[in-house]
Amino acid sequence: MIRRTASAVATLALASLLAAAAPSAPRASAPPFLTIVSSLPRTGSANSQTTSIVNGIKMAIEERGGKIGDFEIRYEDLDDASPQKGNWDQNIEAANANKAAKDPTCVGYIGTYNSGAAKIAMPILNKAGLVMVSPGNTYPGLTKPGAGEANEPRIYRPSGTISYFRVVPTDDIQGAVACEFCAKDLGSKKAFILHDRELYGKGIADVFKKSAPGMGIEVMGFEGIDPKASNYRSLVTKIRATGADVVFYGGTTQTNAAQILKDLRSGGCKVPFVTPDGTFENAYIEAAGKDAMSPESGPVYITFGGLPSEQLTGRGAEFVERYKKKHGEVPEAYAVYGYEACKVLLDAIDRAGKKDRATVLAAVAATKDFEGALGTWSFDENGDTTNRLMSVNTVKDGKFAFVKAAGGGAGQAK
Amino acid sequence: MILRAAAAAEQLAILALARADSVPSFAADGVLSPPEVFSQQLVTGLSNGMIIALIAIGYTMVYGIVELINFAHGDLCMLGAFFALTAVGAFALDGASGAGGVVGLVALLVATAAFCGALNWSINRLAYRPLRSASKLSLLVAAIGASFILVNLGLFWGGLPMEVFAGGTSAAAPKAFPALVEPKPAFTVGDVIVSRPDVLVLAVTVPLMAALTWLVRFTKLGKAMRAVAQNPVAAALMGIDVERVIGATFFIGGALGGFATVVYSIYNQTVGFQMGYRMGMDAFIAAVLGGIGNLPGAVLGGLVIGVVRAMSDGYVEARWTNAIVFGILILILVFRPSGLLGAKLREKV
Repeated sequence: MIRRTASAVATLALASLLAAAAPSAPRASAPPFLTIVSSLPRTGSANSQTTSIVNGIKMAIEERGGKIGDFEIRYEDLDDASPQKGNWDQNIEAANANKAAKDPTCVGYIGTYNSGAAKIAMPILNKAGLVMVSPGNTYPGLTKPGAGEANEPRIYRPSGTISYFRVVPTDDIQGAVACEFCAKDLGSKKAFILHDRELYGKGIADVFKKSAPGMGIEVMGFEGIDPKASNYRSLVTKIRATGADVVFYGGTTQTNAAQILKDLRSGGCKVPFVTPDGTFENAYIEAAGKDAMSPESGPVYITFGGLPSEQLTGRGAEFVERYKKKHGEVPEAYAVYGYEACKVLLDAIDRAGKKDRATVLAAVAATKDFEGALGTWSFDENGDTTNRLMSVNTVKDGKFAFVKAAGGGAGQAK
Repeated sequence: MILRAAAAAEQLAILALARADSVPSFAADGVLSPPEVFSQQLVTGLSNGMIIALIAIGYTMVYGIVELINFAHGDLCMLGAFFALTAVGAFALDGASGAGGVVGLVALLVATAAFCGALNWSINRLAYRPLRSASKLSLLVAAIGASFILVNLGLFWGGLPMEVFAGGTSAAAPKAFPALVEPKPAFTVGDVIVSRPDVLVLAVTVPLMAALTWLVRFTKLGKAMRAVAQNPVAAALMGIDVERVIGATFFIGGALGGFATVVYSIYNQTVGFQMGYRMGMDAFIAAVLGGIGNLPGAVLGGLVIGVVRAMSDGYVEARWTNAIVFGILILILVFRPSGLLGAKLREKV
């Protein structure tokens, strides 16, 4: 019996390899299927965010009735985090990528959430010719020549073709958007820029610094801080001494953004404090506490490389409505990006019309004027979205509150 | 789309209006003159230094009496901060004001000190005392083990479903500690701000240091402690209950850490399970700098570390601060191996 099952499995595998050519295989009644895999950190602190991404992916598949043409679409939700780390793990990410690469029915890989994990998966999938669409990576070096290390993004493309795409705008745009907001909306003239000396934080701070002179902002200081220090009082004195009228911190909640804010406020410095989306999470508000986040203490702004769910319009708003109806809660910010990533992939599979990785890859790359939930956008020659829509947020009554959309680009969905 | 554009324009106009009001208030903070900057850095440095000093005393006392670098000391303080935060939440201390607030604060200080003292005493009783006759290395490893246990207890504690821990949704995230003493200026000299927490630091640390000096110099227990530090065997022969004295030392050292951690939490308004590492490291450097085992040395070391950190952040660059602090430590250890105030130690046999 076991032998029979084994041989059946083998036949099935063979059959799926030759799916188109072998309609008279033993299990001819079973419909041909394609697999889409996602690899996201499902264990640990990112879980609530990734759960809503997975929900978004599932909704995109359901909208198509679970099939495209004659193909049934199967979806596999892989976890790239380990409980020991509580975060993405490079061994697991590599295993996920290899698994997808070896699965002949797999035609698309949605992921990763973390840019670091993408660095592991990208070359593996690129060699296998499997298209990868990320709903969450924002590190510019993954796609843009000259934006990261000297050998980036070449090292991620061993086959020479571009097989990695993303539906979120990158960090470098975020730094520029933050700078523009400070200059135009806050009327800042003198900025003090801090960063946490990490890839993400310093990257954004660098762009802010580069954009500042063009926006009429004088850079009063540019400093890497010690993200483990118990307080930053002396730094605050230094900032006060320069007469800076805005403080930008390229960093995250984990690298002590809340502590800097608290020390600014207790040090008597009420200038606006602007941070990137590494602080766009409730933990930032909780760590800073009521007093530091109250409007009397001074304004706080957080940029985010997209729009919060409540601010989506048109098809985006429809998605949020459907999501709320189905899951009974407002989706987290990245849910719509998961939905969009899956939608654009399904659209490409539809256009490709056959089970062939190269054809699907070419179809994704050719995506142009895609009418998605995030607006009408295309993939550019690097695999980045042309959508540059971002938002500036503040904190009101202990919750994030939308201030304005920024960045422009493809425009809001109608 | 046009409608959206109009709405956006309107929002911009609102923002612009808000800006007209708010810009002057940003500028009104006043730009500090160079002497004011120096004085402000000094205030910051001394406040941080006093807190470090109070923790360093706990290190140095324990070393003085059992020659153990108690690596769990910083994490003990961390756990004390969690205890304090829990107490603040349970008794709604952040809502109290006036006389009630002062009583609440004093009660919090004493309770946390008692908690930390008792915990330190227990760690000594359970982990260190059985190893008294073992090699010093075993004791050190036990201290590192105790440190790990405390850190993980802190991680667990932070995940408890309490309001002060933001419902315990993220155990590892830093928690906001309510500003029991509001970070408002107590008084200003020009534009130099001496804040209420700065005053609190002084009001708590100085009397404690004075009390400790009195205890060590003029009480029977203090005499016994000095005797045990000098020679435990001889002290035992004189009829001193050595283990009891050691236990008392751990209790007092821990209690001072408890006082320090409450002040630290109010001053920084943040509590996190990893904060013990930095607290312990700074205090350890301070103790070594001042001459480990020497009480006034620990205080001096703490103040030096605090001021050097502030000046380095202010006049050099924040990223060099750790390098500068450790550089000074190395220099002192090269030219004065026993620390600033440390007496030349004879090698104990």
